[in-house]
Amino acid sequence: MSRPREGTGVPLPLVVPAALAVAFLVLPVIGLLVRTPWSSLGEQLTAPGVGEALRLSLVSATAATGASLLLGVPLAWVLARSRIRGRSVLRALVTVPLVLPPVVGGVALFLVLGRQGIVGSWLDDAFGITIPFTTTAVVIAETFVAMPFLVISVEGALRAADARFEDVAATLGADRWTTFRTVTLPLVAPGIAAGAVLCWARALGEFGATITFAGNFPGTTQTMPLAVYLALQRDPEAAVVLSLVLLGVSLATLLLLRDRWLRGAAS
Amino acid sequence: MRRRLALLAATGLLAGCGTDASGDDGNGPSGTLTVFAAASLTDVFTELGDQLEDENAGLEVRFNFAGSSALATQITQSAPVDVFASADEPQMQVVVDAGLADRPEVFAANVLEIAVPRGNPGGVTGLADLGRDELAVALCAPEVPCGSAAEQVLASAGITAAPDTLDEDVRAALTKVELGEVDAALVYASDVATAGGEVEGIPVPDAEEALNVYPVCVLADAPNPAAAQAFVELLRSDRGREALADAGFREP
Repeated sequence: MSRPREGTGVPLPLVVPAALAVAFLVLPVIGLLVRTPWSSLGEQLTAPGVGEALRLSLVSATAATGASLLLGVPLAWVLARSRIRGRSVLRALVTVPLVLPPVVGGVALFLVLGRQGIVGSWLDDAFGITIPFTTTAVVIAETFVAMPFLVISVEGALRAADARFEDVAATLGADRWTTFRTVTLPLVAPGIAAGAVLCWARALGEFGATITFAGNFPGTTQTMPLAVYLALQRDPEAAVVLSLVLLGVSLATLLLLRDRWLRGAAS
Repeated sequence: MRRRLALLAATGLLAGCGTDASGDDGNGPSGTLTVFAAASLTDVFTELGDQLEDENAGLEVRFNFAGSSALATQITQSAPVDVFASADEPQMQVVVDAGLADRPEVFAANVLEIAVPRGNPGGVTGLADLGRDELAVALCAPEVPCGSAAEQVLASAGITAAPDTLDEDVRAALTKVELGEVDAALVYASDVATAGGEVEGIPVPDAEEALNVYPVCVLADAPNPAAAQAFVELLRSDRGREALADAGFREP
């Protein structure tokens, strides 16, 4: 989204708080880097379980983002464009996972999808399916916590998008589903992408709901944030290294994707 | 030095802890007493704190309950604390090594017990059942005290457990039992005692093999040493020991 500009053109009253914001957000990361035990880095990285936890984190965060896109984009459309009653109540409900402490979210998931849960006990009786303590549970917990970020972003993009394009499509005879696919979606694609990134990042860092609902078991449910937390109990150095790995991988992924989008947008 | 790194998680909780403690007014402690205590002590310490407040007008007791390692980190990051009660000796040693306290006293002990949901749906009778694959079993992660105790108890009984989750602390494991999501968990006897009707306890033979002891100390820089001393004395008195026994703790 680069546009031609004249000079840097940033007014001074914005520069100072913006610089403070950067310092506030970046200094803790620098703190981590300073304390990193570089000499034992290789040893920490190749410790058993690190690769496994990283792989599990990436796979489950990506799956959670996929599920959020599939369910969240239609929900955002409903919130932004439909005229159903109680839309504001619906919007407030959607943001509940943002406010709920994630550990409580995990308990809430138990009450619905756990062995004794409303839906979970039926799944168990009818199909012999139990969800807690499985990788599926990790994806569900992450989706629960992260999807609202996507929904809010996409809804914002939909509201900002010019609805007249959709009106024109409608007057030209397109039904609402066709309009959604061929006009609305391309129009808000950048918003969806931004929301998906936010959602993925939140899912990747998810801790509370995951450790509660999915538990912590290496190879099945132990994602990087869980590994970091437990390492912190015994060996803070290892925790710092693990955090850096997670940080590095997520930054690299986001930069790579961003590159692709920018190139895509330019061509 | 290394442990100081754990400042990551630390200081947030402390905002608002007053340090306007004065201590000696002639008759009994007053001011504010700040106690940092292991999460497993929550119920019994709150009760003892209320008693101390009732007996000393002008005394306010404030608690910060959390995992012992988090508390030790907060204290070494210079949180203003009068009393520290840890759930194990290594975390107390962190504070002693930092030169912030000396001569901690052991005031209670805890053993592991098998916690099962009410009615014992998994038909658990002893440690051997923790190895049954078809049961959902929670243990504490080996990184936290209750997890290393569990490893010891299981090893000395020659049992290979088949856990479904290795929880970050003992209360997390207990919550899963209370919700009926696991058939069994190895937790402290004191946790079973305070869990209420949703949880039943099955004693573990040879649990004493991994006796967990609780040391307490008055910090060297305690803002209110008089009140701190009064609290520790209450803890060591007959009344304190009785309250601890009621909460499922053992004599050290």
